[in-house]
Amino acid sequence: MLINRPSDIVPSEITPQDFYARRREFIKAVGGLALATALPQSALAGDPLRVTVKSPYSTSETPTPLKNVIAYNNFYEFGTDKEDPARNAHTLKTRPWTVSIEGLVKRPKTLAIDDILRLAPLEERIYRMRCVEGWSMVIPWVGFPLATLLKQVEPLGNAKYVELTSAADPATMPGIRRDVLDWPYTEGLRLDEAMHPLTLMAVGLYGEVLPNQNGAPLRLVVPWKYGFKGAKSLVRIRLVEQEPKTAWVRAAPREYGFYSNVNPEVDHPRWSQGSERRIGEFLKRKTMMFNGYGDQVGQLYAGMDLKKFY
Amino acid sequence: MFNPNPRQLAGIKAILFAACLLPLLRLGWGAWNDELGANPIEFVTRSLGTWTLNFLLVTLTVTPLRKASGWLWLTRIRRMLGLFAFFYVVLHLSSYLWLDQFFDWTAIGKDILKRPFITVGMAAFMLLVPLAATSNNAMIRRLGGRRWQALHRSIYVIGIFAVTHYWWLVKKDVALPGVYAATLGVLLALRVLWRYQEKQKLRAGAVQRNAPGTVIPITSKR
Repeated sequence: MLINRPSDIVPSEITPQDFYARRREFIKAVGGLALATALPQSALAGDPLRVTVKSPYSTSETPTPLKNVIAYNNFYEFGTDKEDPARNAHTLKTRPWTVSIEGLVKRPKTLAIDDILRLAPLEERIYRMRCVEGWSMVIPWVGFPLATLLKQVEPLGNAKYVELTSAADPATMPGIRRDVLDWPYTEGLRLDEAMHPLTLMAVGLYGEVLPNQNGAPLRLVVPWKYGFKGAKSLVRIRLVEQEPKTAWVRAAPREYGFYSNVNPEVDHPRWSQGSERRIGEFLKRKTMMFNGYGDQVGQLYAGMDLKKFY
Repeated sequence: MFNPNPRQLAGIKAILFAACLLPLLRLGWGAWNDELGANPIEFVTRSLGTWTLNFLLVTLTVTPLRKASGWLWLTRIRRMLGLFAFFYVVLHLSSYLWLDQFFDWTAIGKDILKRPFITVGMAAFMLLVPLAATSNNAMIRRLGGRRWQALHRSIYVIGIFAVTHYWWLVKKDVALPGVYAATLGVLLALRVLWRYQEKQKLRAGAVQRNAPGTVIPITSKR
């Protein structure tokens, strides 16, 4: 197999790096923060989003090419092959779409997606994403902190965990018709994890509205945890007192834990987690503790035995 | 009944040989044109593994097919199919050792010891080596038909190991491994059935030395 082959894009066709890097200044100059939160954001996958905040949480690593980010997905609601979501997710209807935020909160709310898009200025966050299967990407997400959304509903004192539920519509999601997982897909975070500034509600990537196969119109991104924690196409966020039973924990409790922090020391029972293949690279690289976000999130787990709470 | 003469058989073998190389050509073509998806190394390794399984199952189908059709000449293409299973497993293993692990022997050693799906896959490979090494007329003569046949019955165990290797690798959706397991199950059940029928015959006194279950290795010159 020949690995090194000439690119089929001529250099002149690529947007110059410095122009791409200055795009936010351009957007700011045109739109500005006030405009961004006042006018409705675009709705369709691929439409540009007004991204107004550059985040200090972004990595400077080279993002994985868009064509790979949108072609290689785990989204079992649309099939279990990596190529299935890109093939099948066009049936997903992302408008109208509401997300109910409920449970142990002072003001439960049901928000329309267009209102959610106006809640906060949208930030670009370039995050590493490490899949539990041993591959990784660098993805320029667009979104806002989950904390912003949770503050809207004012969690009560006894709320300890957040449970996130994905859509499960057999009419538009062909994978739901097979009971590979216990539908709907659910995920969970401890409240302090959910309130952490790194925890993102993503509505886009590469400056555009989230493609359906990546979890449109709204998904969770938790960069220090394995990718499957990032529940896609969310319809419900519930604050609860007990640790929620997540979809993968229900499916295989011996293999998947509630925390699922990226941890090279704790192997999946069937494969190593010590290294990963960055999509687009030939050699594997070492997997980093907390996917390299240990400085920001390490204190959340102070004193916990991470081999036990995997 | 179709019974090819030596020239026809040579033609059949040549066409079959070319056909057996198609999966590899497809991978080569895909690699050249960058059409193997976002994770080409995973794609290549898995595809080679899938084709190893396919060739194992096809090889195990030769005898049932021969019995059903009466085409005795089918046995004479079985060796080629079996050797292609070996050819693809060598490529599959090389892809794992080279492309996937890049000869990181520590990681590979850990994998073999710690990961059940790799342990069982490696065992299947090790068991297949002696079968490939004895797949020639000289070895059949040296071992003698009976011992050769006894040795080559390990293909049943290899088949079970290979399907288990696939089953344990899959994260959750075992539909496709299930299809392979079911196919292998039918092929192995046939062997059990034949053996049972043979015993019944023996018991009934209709003793026949060369009962249909006994495969006589082909030692004729080409």
